[in-house]
Amino acid sequence: MSTISREEVARLAGLARIDLTESELTRLAGELDVIVDSVAKVSEIATEDVAATSHPLPLTNVFRADVPEEPLPVADALAGAPSAEGGRFAVPQILEED
Amino acid sequence: MATQPSSDLTRRTAAQLSEALRAGEVTSVEVTQAHLDRIAAVDGAVHAFLHVSAEEALATAREVDARRAAGEELHPLAGVPIAVKDVVVTKGLPTTAGSKILEGWVPPYDATLVERLRAAGLPILGKTNMDEFAMGSSTEHSAYGTTHNPWDLDRIPGGSGGGSAAALAAYEAPLAIGTDTGGSIRQPGAVTGTVGVKPTYGGVSRYGLIALASSLDQAGPVTRTVLDSALLHEVIGGHDPRDATSLPEDLPGLVAAARAGQGGDLTGVRVGVVDELNGEGYQPGVRARFEESLELLRRAGAEVVHVSCPHFGHALAAYYLILPSEASSNLAKFDGMRFGLRVEPTEGTVTAERVMAATRGQGFGDEVKRRIILGTYALSAGYYDAYYGSAQKVRTLIQQDFAAAFEQADVLVSPTAPTTAFRLGEKLDDPLAMYLNDVATIPANLAGVPGMSVPNGLSEDGLPVGFQILAPARADDRLYRVGAALETLLEREWGGPLLNRAPELATEGTTR
Amino acid sequence: MSTTTPPLVDYDEAISRFDPVIGIEVHVELGTATKMFDGASTEFGAEPNTQVTPVSLGLPGALPALNGKAVESAIKIGLALNCEIAELCRFARKNYFYPDVPKNFQTSQYDEPIAFDGWIDIELDDGEVVRVEIERAHMEEDAGKNTHVGGATGRIHGAEYSLVDYNRAGIPLVEIVTRPITGVGDRAPEVARAYVQTLRDIFRALDVSEARMERGNVRADVNVSLRATPEAPLGTRTETKNVNSFRSVERAVRHEISRQAGVLDAGRTVTQETRHWHEDTGVTTAGRVKSDAEDYRYFPEPDLVPVAPSREWVEEIRATLPEMPVARRRRLQTEWGYADAEMRDVVNAGAIELIEATVAAGAAPAAARKWWMGELARTAKTEGVELADLPVTPEQIGQLQQLVDAGRVNDKLARQVLAGVLAGEGSPEEVVTARGLEVVSDDGALLAAVDEALAAQPDVVEKIRGGNQGPVGAIIGAVMKATRGQADAGRVREIVLERVQQG
Repeated sequence: MSTISREEVARLAGLARIDLTESELTRLAGELDVIVDSVAKVSEIATEDVAATSHPLPLTNVFRADVPEEPLPVADALAGAPSAEGGRFAVPQILEED
Repeated sequence: MATQPSSDLTRRTAAQLSEALRAGEVTSVEVTQAHLDRIAAVDGAVHAFLHVSAEEALATAREVDARRAAGEELHPLAGVPIAVKDVVVTKGLPTTAGSKILEGWVPPYDATLVERLRAAGLPILGKTNMDEFAMGSSTEHSAYGTTHNPWDLDRIPGGSGGGSAAALAAYEAPLAIGTDTGGSIRQPGAVTGTVGVKPTYGGVSRYGLIALASSLDQAGPVTRTVLDSALLHEVIGGHDPRDATSLPEDLPGLVAAARAGQGGDLTGVRVGVVDELNGEGYQPGVRARFEESLELLRRAGAEVVHVSCPHFGHALAAYYLILPSEASSNLAKFDGMRFGLRVEPTEGTVTAERVMAATRGQGFGDEVKRRIILGTYALSAGYYDAYYGSAQKVRTLIQQDFAAAFEQADVLVSPTAPTTAFRLGEKLDDPLAMYLNDVATIPANLAGVPGMSVPNGLSEDGLPVGFQILAPARADDRLYRVGAALETLLEREWGGPLLNRAPELATEGTTR
Repeated sequence: MSTTTPPLVDYDEAISRFDPVIGIEVHVELGTATKMFDGASTEFGAEPNTQVTPVSLGLPGALPALNGKAVESAIKIGLALNCEIAELCRFARKNYFYPDVPKNFQTSQYDEPIAFDGWIDIELDDGEVVRVEIERAHMEEDAGKNTHVGGATGRIHGAEYSLVDYNRAGIPLVEIVTRPITGVGDRAPEVARAYVQTLRDIFRALDVSEARMERGNVRADVNVSLRATPEAPLGTRTETKNVNSFRSVERAVRHEISRQAGVLDAGRTVTQETRHWHEDTGVTTAGRVKSDAEDYRYFPEPDLVPVAPSREWVEEIRATLPEMPVARRRRLQTEWGYADAEMRDVVNAGAIELIEATVAAGAAPAAARKWWMGELARTAKTEGVELADLPVTPEQIGQLQQLVDAGRVNDKLARQVLAGVLAGEGSPEEVVTARGLEVVSDDGALLAAVDEALAAQPDVVEKIRGGNQGPVGAIIGAVMKATRGQADAGRVREIVLERVQQG
């Protein structure tokens, strides 16, 4: 069951916003194929009647009171930024999406 | 414990150091300096630390000493230094999670567990090495070089928390913090002859742990004795409103349970051997030590029964879908916009999306990319039900297996890892073989139950082996009772801790 | 691919040949003190990045903690929209990379909204009531704000870089999604506008949001599609994003109907896409094409536990719900005895609360309406302000009307008193005193004035004696003039007639 082509890896890398080199694409396609084959068996026992579990322990209704806390000082907020200007994070131009 | 306090402060347990500090026999500065000296002497060879915070640690030590001298009531572990895995956010101390993408990042806040360590007065010696973003079982996936197993420097220290375990085994720290998503505390403990505990999911706040897989991650103690783990667990555990998955209840008495266990009596305790976690694929020496430990438990009065967890065979597959899926989302924030590395593309227009892709392409290592792509695949439209959805159903089945097994036994046991430490590089090119290291530890993470690894001897290759104990959710105290009993019984046989049999490390001068 | 844009089709023409179907997604920012998942303040207008914590900044290690007040507000909204409230629901992660989304995923409810299957009746300008079905109302978080720098236009394209402020990131939102609204024909634009207006009124009545459109507290995305007949399957829809005023909602729908009709008339197909609304030119332009590549990889948010509102809690909240605006309007109309047109004018002028308070302060409903929709409406229009912003309170109008009712001022004097109040001279009582505006009812003073007027016009007196009462008005006018309008006209008439008979 070979499912993950090189093109598929390229599509996924686009979704995951990771530049991959040509050799990485080729290598990952092969590796992921093997991994996916081995993990695909989960669907064998995951039948209709089994409920999905998203959380290991069944807690519900954990709420925080609507009370303001001290914000991060703006200098601390920006301290790790690759680039900042006038109290804001500076990022490269945003294109392609709205 | 059976050992006498050593004149070398680094050989003492945290409990012994705590006693000595409280008795005024030593100062925290002396204890902290001794460990900093040890780090300077051996860490060149072991490489357990990514960052040593000598000045900050000594400042904390001085403060603790001053407060103690002033007669203040301090936490029992006040002044006992600790190493913290680099996946835990520490205000003012570099935090990289073993990744190039976070090189040089200094967090502006503390993880809740770090706040608790600071409040209790534990000097932080530094940050320990790990597989990048805790993805791995050997610490070879660190962007900053591998950590070496103090038992044999050519072997892996386990992973992802190889740095914390190796720091303990090399006497560079009396205590350390680890995190365990699929075995990253327990498996390194097993292969380095140290103790590691993964608490019940929600028992220790995850606030400030750089998330790998949110529904699986849990921080816990890495120590040389079961009692030390209990002491540390009580410092870092307990409810935290900043973590929605934090358990609201108070912890059961862990230190009390450990002390009770040290009596070596397990009369009436039902110990369940998980048949699916012992057998094919497990090294003969690992199986032999496991059987011997069971015999010790029987002699201590435990009733050993066999239980079956039929779905554990699917745990690894479910884990390698859930983990990459959650990780692919958790790691999305590392994009070069707000913190950490920013890489501009070498050609073409510099746009935000291209910078993100270039940053992530260069900032992440191979294993991280592999898992992000796998997780992106498992969550993507059309595959969700077959992969992520199915994996969550397997999780339900595994929880049901645990529930049934705990009807028959108070604790479940297995070898912690199928083999002893393998050689560096041996499995680096075979991701699946690497993943198999976690086959025995993963079910606990999927179900949220607590687990412990206790050293239980050396395999035929002379390398340490670990014994895993699992308890029902919220019954962490059972781990400590059974673990401390086994430790006591084993050390009676050995005439001292297993680590006494580790080879002495060559030391360098006291400056690096 | 054709490059020319087909001409717009005249709206009436378009409607005569196509059946429009609309759908509306409204985002409302909740007025909680803190964000959805952390304790950062939500106060409007702060300096950039001063209202952030590690959580709203998406720093490594930070975890969300759900604001209980926001959940309560979402339930209130759900109940007000006649929705079912989920017994158990979760948050999910919507994964996409964008610099104003700090975690590169939005924490949002996906397939398990907190409220679903509701409806709301809206009233159009002519009183027609349209029922809009609500598919769902779910909780999510807002994104930060980008400021684009260096480009010629300041718009997103052509900018050299952007500056990001995360103060808004994590502000709680509730998104309300309608089912397709069909069968409204040419009234589709008006229905869209009235629906958003009704929601705004509900948010304010519930006190869950200030609901100020101009601050972006309420934002609407409008979906429009056309089909040949009401029996035909739904056509391809477009989604016009972020339409930020009631009028724009109406105009955007109208424009899309004309535009899509043009596309269809040209024999082309409507592209499924998001579109941008241009307030200045009144047109929409193409944005992102919705494609299969859009893959948000939703999965349940593992850092948050499910929300399971107990039925007791839901009922407790239901019991605290205020009367909904439409119901309230109907009740008040009955109580006040207004005609439909009168009530509609009151609603459109935003005068309901003002009249209600004026009535509570002692004025009759008709008098209260007369003041607010008459003199005060004119003043507001002249001043270019909202009624509510005039420097007069409903209590003061009530006091003023009481002066009229007691005969202490007549209508003309009352308008002068009001002018004094508006000029900041104090309460009506104070203005009457200070300006000496009270009606002269002292007969002695009036007698003198009447005698003076009669003496000045002997011919008029003769005519009255002769049985012609018509010229009485002339005498009254003279008396009113002499007393600067402070005489009680009725009393003056009585005195004039007495004096003429006596003479």
